[in-house]
Parts: sequence; C-alpha cells; structure tokens
Amino acid sequence: MDQLILLLTIFSLAMFVGFEIITKIPPTLHTPLMSGSNAISGITVTGAILAITTDESTLMAILGVGAIILATINVVGGFLVTNRMLSMFKRKA
Amino acid sequence: MNTEFVLGQGWINLGYLISSVLFIWGIKGLTHPKTAVRGNRLGALGMFVAIIVTLLAKGLNFGLILGGVAVGSAIGAIAALRVQMTAMPEMVALFNGFGGAASTLVAGAALLRISDHIRLGHMTGDPTQTLIATGASGLIGTVTLTGSMIAFGKLNGSWKDTWMRFPAQKAINALLAAGALACCAWIVVDAGNVTPYWILCAIAAVLGITVTTPIGGADMPVVIALLNSYSGLAACATGFVLNNNVLIIAGSLVGASGLILTSIMCKAMNRSLGHVLFGVLGPTGSTADADEVYANVKSAGPDEIAMLFDGAQRAVIVPGYGMAVSQAQHVVRDLANVLNDMGCNVEYAIHPVAGRMPGHMNVLLAEADVPYDQLIEMDNINPTMETVDVALVIGANDVVNPDARNDPQSPIAGMPIIDVDKARTVIVVKRSLSPGFAGIPNPLFAADNTLMYFGDGKKAIQDLVNAVKEL
Repeated sequence: MDQLILLLTIFSLAMFVGFEIITKIPPTLHTPLMSGSNAISGITVTGAILAITTDESTLMAILGVGAIILATINVVGGFLVTNRMLSMFKRKA
Repeated sequence: MNTEFVLGQGWINLGYLISSVLFIWGIKGLTHPKTAVRGNRLGALGMFVAIIVTLLAKGLNFGLILGGVAVGSAIGAIAALRVQMTAMPEMVALFNGFGGAASTLVAGAALLRISDHIRLGHMTGDPTQTLIATGASGLIGTVTLTGSMIAFGKLNGSWKDTWMRFPAQKAINALLAAGALACCAWIVVDAGNVTPYWILCAIAAVLGITVTTPIGGADMPVVIALLNSYSGLAACATGFVLNNNVLIIAGSLVGASGLILTSIMCKAMNRSLGHVLFGVLGPTGSTADADEVYANVKSAGPDEIAMLFDGAQRAVIVPGYGMAVSQAQHVVRDLANVLNDMGCNVEYAIHPVAGRMPGHMNVLLAEADVPYDQLIEMDNINPTMETVDVALVIGANDVVNPDARNDPQSPIAGMPIIDVDKARTVIVVKRSLSPGFAGIPNPLFAADNTLMYFGDGKKAIQDLVNAVKEL
C-alpha cells in the first residue's frame, strides 16, 4: 500500500510538471514534440530489459525480445527524426 | 514486482531520478527553437542513463538484449533518416503503436513471472496493484497498437474511411469495453492465471480497430495526438506493474503532452473530443448551394496577379496541406524572397490544423528553409489582417472560410479561421472550386476583394515568381 501511494504521488506530480512545461511549447515545435514523445515513450525498453533474464521461459523471452525491438525502434527512430527536424528550424539569416 | 540489482535499490532509483530530470529538462528545451536541438539531446542522454542503470539488474540475458537492441536500432535509424517530412504523421502514428505494443508485451512478461512465483509459492506481498496495472497496461497498450495501425492506414490512404463501419458500432464498442474491463477483474481475482490477459489483449485489439474506423480522415490529427497520449499512459501503467519510477515519470510526460495537443487540435476545429470520437461532420441541409455562392468568382493569370504585388508593403501567405502535396513549399519560399527584395514584408500565417498533425506545416516550411520567425500563429496575425495588402492562400480552404465566423448555420460555425477576407486583396491558388475536408462551399472565393488563380500549386507559384521578377 505504501509503495502504491508513493507511485501515485510520483505519477500525479509528473503529470502536473508535464502539463506545466508542455503548455509553454510553441505550436511551431508541436511536430518535433510528438516525435520526441515517441522516443520518450520508448522508456518501456527498460521494462523489456528486465523481462529478458537467463532463467525464464521461452514465451517470456519472446515477449521480452519483441518488446525490446519495438521500444528501441521508438527510442532510436524518435530521437533521430526529432533531431533531423529540429536542425531544419533556422532564424532569418 | 521488484528485480534485484547489482547495486542497492537506492542507487538504481538515483540513476532513474537523473534520467527523469534529463527528460524534463529536455522537454523544457522544446519551449524555444534555439534550445530545442539541445533539449532533444538531453532527452536522449536521459534514455541512455535509464538503459545503463537497468542493465545493472541481476540475471539478465545480455545476448538476447543486445540482439534486440541492434535490430530495433537499425530499423529505427533507417526509418528516421528516410522518412519524408510530409509523411511525419504516418511515422508518429506507427511509433505510437509500437510504444503501445511494447507496453503490452512487457506487462505480459511480468504477469508470466508473477504466475510462476505464485505457482512455486515464492510470491511475497499482495499482487493486487501489479495485477490491476497489468490489466491497464494490456488494455491501453493494445488499443493504442491497433488504433494506431488504422490511423496509419487512413493517413497513407490504404485504409478507406468507409471500411469497417457498421450499424450499432457504438453499442458494440461499449460491449467490447465492458468485456475488457471484466477480463481486468478476472486477472485480479484469479491471481496468477495468464489466460484472461490474452483474452483481454484480443478484445482490446478489436476495440482499437472499431473505435478508430468511424473517425474521419480530417480528424486524424486529433486521433494521433490522443494515441500519442495513450502510448505514454501505457508506459505509465507498465511502471506501476514493475514499481519503476522512470517509466511512470516518462510515461506521464508523454501522456500529458498528448492530452494537451489533443485539446489544442479540438479547439482549432471548434469540436469537442466526444464529437470527434463519436460524431460525424458532414454537409447539413442548410449548406448553401455551390453554384449560387460561386456566381461572381473572378479569376486572373500570373501577370495580372504579379501587378498586385507592385508597391505592396505587406504580404501574408496562408499555406495549407495542398501546398505540401504539390511540393510547392520551395517555390513559395522563392516567391517570398523575391517579394522581400522588392521591399515587401512577407509573413506566413499558420492555422493550427494546417497540415495533417500539430505543427506539421511549420516543419514543412522549415524544410524549405523558411525562417521560423516568419511563421506567425493565427491569433497573432488576425488582429493586423486589415493592414495586409495581399494575402496569398495556397492549398488551404476550410481554415479561411469566413462562413465559420459569419454563418451560425454552417457546419464549421465557430471554428477559428485566418481572417484573410479582411486583407485588401486576397489571391487563392487552387486547382478548381472543389470543396475542402468539410465539403462546403467557401464564399471567400467569390468575395469582391478575392481573385482566384487556378492551377497546380507548384507550377502556378513558379509562373508567378517569373512574372513578379519581370515587373
């Protein structure tokens, strides 16, 4: 129970922080924000790593490897495409 | 569900804290184009820290992990470097789906482990929280996966808006949702049984499809923003499964971001989220007849239009997705440069739903080397529209339809528009008088101060550039 309340506290505060910062992001950067969020939601890669242990069943390993591939696509693809997009934004020379 | 690490749990959580701070700092960098590249790199650094810390867990199978990371990195890198900027909505939709699927798989793996522990009598503590979170993760993750696949299909045109729409769809969706929730309850009550989880995923997969198919193509920006949010919330639920702080924090940030963008898109179309998800927009009985509206349309050629720019002080370009379709953004920038050289101040007025996802038009123009400080938001440019000598509308239609402001009976009544009709002269570059997404005629085209310039966007603007140069 203590653990659950702690996690809910973290969740609530993180949502507030998220709303506060993201409302300040200008519309011109909303597409990079979305692709950057794709990358950050690839944080599931940590959960996928923890699922791939040496002593587990084949089914679990399959689920873990599937998850790690999908999450890594998001992480690598997301950060790279966001970087590619952001480097196009330039001020008047 | 707690894993043992090489270091104490305190050190691991400290690493996750550093990673979370980097994510938040990174997103904060996106509040300005100048700091955005660095912000994105900070986010990537945060991800790197989180992964390194996680690799300190005991008993990992590094061979499989490395293999998975290698495959995923290769696919991700190729996708990121090859994708066309016009196809960004498709890519984001696909990635939303991958994020959701990853969460579903991780929660499934965690449930298998709990099931083993319970069978072998190793389970310590009450698994209820973990089991509820597993259900939530499977449900949200799978709906995100299949919903995103339909959104992807609709965006690239391979899935037609008319497919998979059947009578009583809402009632059937409600039944599916009820069935999914029943499976969640079954997972908790019958602790350690994995079967209800797979049934849950099967139901959620169908639900993701049937809730997305009725939503029209014009509403896809809202849907991908919402699915973006779901992919974050699925990661968040997985954090509750694994008692993992960084998953919860990163997932919440993405969840919050998606929700904010969803609400911005809805406001820009003057529609409620409920209306987008469950309603249908279409021509109503009161819609004016196109022939009547277009009785007095005036059109002109490039030479005549070039003359209008002669002596103009201020011009505003209003781009829509049609401009990107005809790949006209580069010649549009050339036109702006030529006009600038003639002493005319040129700005771009960007409607929030121009393009096919939030901020899409800005990226397309940035790719064509248009400086971002020339891109002006709708709310900032509208108050000064009276002082604009020439407004050039290219590939946009509904977002400049004055009926939204003037005709309370119009299907788009109340939608915020760019008030180009208030400029001294309006030029509309368009192939024909065909309607936009809303399917309604646009009285702007027949206004006294409007000239229609018919033609393909790219060719028309190229001819105009040549004509202006000859002035």
